[in-house]
Amino acid sequence: MDVHAVRRDFPILGRQQGDNPLVYLDSAATSHKPTAVIEAMAAFYRRSNANVHRALYELAAEATEMYEGARAKVAGLLGASAEEIVFVRGTTEALNLAAYTLGEARVQAGDSIVVTEMEHHANLVPWQQAARRQGARLQAVPITEGGELDFASYERVLSSGAKVVALTHASNLLGTINPVPELSDIAHRAGAVVVVDAAQTVPHMPVSVSELGADMLAFSGHKMLGPTGIGVLWARHELLEELPPYMTGGEMISEVHLDGATWARPPRRFEAGTPPFAQAVGLGAAVDYLSQLGLRDVRAHDVGLVQRMLEGLSCRPYISVYGPLDPSARAGLVSFNLRGVHPHDVATLLDQEGVAIRAGHHCAQPLVRRLGVAATCRASCYVYNTGGEVETLLSALDEAWRILR
Amino acid sequence: MKGYGEIILDHWRRPRNKGRLPAPDREAVEANALCGDVVRMQLELEGTRVSAAMFDGQGCAISQAAASLLTERIKGKPVGQLAQLADQEMLSALGELTSTRSSCALLALWALRQALKEDQ
Ligand SMILES: Cc1ncc(COP(=O)(O)O)c(C=O)c1O
Repeated sequence: MDVHAVRRDFPILGRQQGDNPLVYLDSAATSHKPTAVIEAMAAFYRRSNANVHRALYELAAEATEMYEGARAKVAGLLGASAEEIVFVRGTTEALNLAAYTLGEARVQAGDSIVVTEMEHHANLVPWQQAARRQGARLQAVPITEGGELDFASYERVLSSGAKVVALTHASNLLGTINPVPELSDIAHRAGAVVVVDAAQTVPHMPVSVSELGADMLAFSGHKMLGPTGIGVLWARHELLEELPPYMTGGEMISEVHLDGATWARPPRRFEAGTPPFAQAVGLGAAVDYLSQLGLRDVRAHDVGLVQRMLEGLSCRPYISVYGPLDPSARAGLVSFNLRGVHPHDVATLLDQEGVAIRAGHHCAQPLVRRLGVAATCRASCYVYNTGGEVETLLSALDEAWRILR
Repeated sequence: MKGYGEIILDHWRRPRNKGRLPAPDREAVEANALCGDVVRMQLELEGTRVSAAMFDGQGCAISQAAASLLTERIKGKPVGQLAQLADQEMLSALGELTSTRSSCALLALWALRQALKEDQ
């Protein structure tokens, strides 16, 4: 992968931040978009725009074909079939859909739903709500001091059975990649459906749903070079067939009478209303772009950058790093703190040098509490970041430390 | 460095009036849930004047420096005058700030207003 050639595909990277070039290290929050994606959406609006599925004229047929084509591309990326791909607004909506429908179909009073201590709020709060609605119990598997899922506790919790296990493929704060195939096996033996938050992995590495062994998978388009407003819920087709709708209205029905309705088959049962079809076309273009780069190479690039970050951060005595120290056990991000300094001060000072990082609780309050801090700094990378940018980050951190200590 | 001028860095490194008053007449705590900044302002009154002010708290350099600076500014002032203290005055007293951080800079002032409210 030629990172300098990749950079030329991202127009925003040409922008200055004050007197400095932009060093964007916040792709875990959202990624930038290559010209191919921006142009695919513009071309759709210029030439092919019409509401999908409804009309009988040629233009609408073309728009529908492009929308369904995007579904096929996403299915191809995951090694799934197109009828298993539900388009939603993002990871958050996908997980709410999963929690609501699985809660209704599979969870009864007294049952157990299992999550982990390292979940993003998007994969925690919907399950709290589902547990409350169904009168079920929510159990959270703890993490170890090293920032990994406590495997023994996981086995213990599941030994008494569970209806759902909801866990993240990679933590957006610790970077930890969970061994989903093993965890899925254990969950299945306990009779649970496995829902995986893949917001931080599908954009960054090859993910095959058959190898993963989970039953549902959620991710967002905007973190994988695609537009905002579109995300994906993948689920095994038999499971989708069994689930009730989440939102109701147009497009998702089979037949409607004044006193009731029947549902369309999946995936349309879960796509009420006019779907984000232009965004789907943009996501399709992002999938093409990533596939051309090759997700193996994307992953190798991330690991190389994370290794440089980890080495640079760990050798600075004023910095503590959270999560696993092995770069190959992590997603493309590193959380850290400067001793006695609030992460917001670090982020503001880095911004003066053009370096964009995130600071805060990263929508994982129970996890930052577990780490015993108020917040962390987080630097995250993607296909367009360079080793030189990691060096800029490290020297900007030295400067921030000099100023604030 | 923009947003971290000498005034902020000075109060951050050497906070003034940090700690607790033995018998405060007024006190209030304000927190910024988003970032975890906490500031407690305590006042001692003599008649209608502030005879002593102290702060305590934790958080970013801007919130803590602002609290330190505020304790210096309000000592000896009539309570009525403090109620008039405007956001803008607080912000300009700290020097040049980046706009993303004004809620940090104002936390101590909010605590002060809260403490004074309990007067009524
Ligand atoms: C692990 C994880 N889960 C869920 C989300 C929520 O994604 P979105 O805001 O796109 O719905 C994010 C991103 O913020 C994330 O990192």
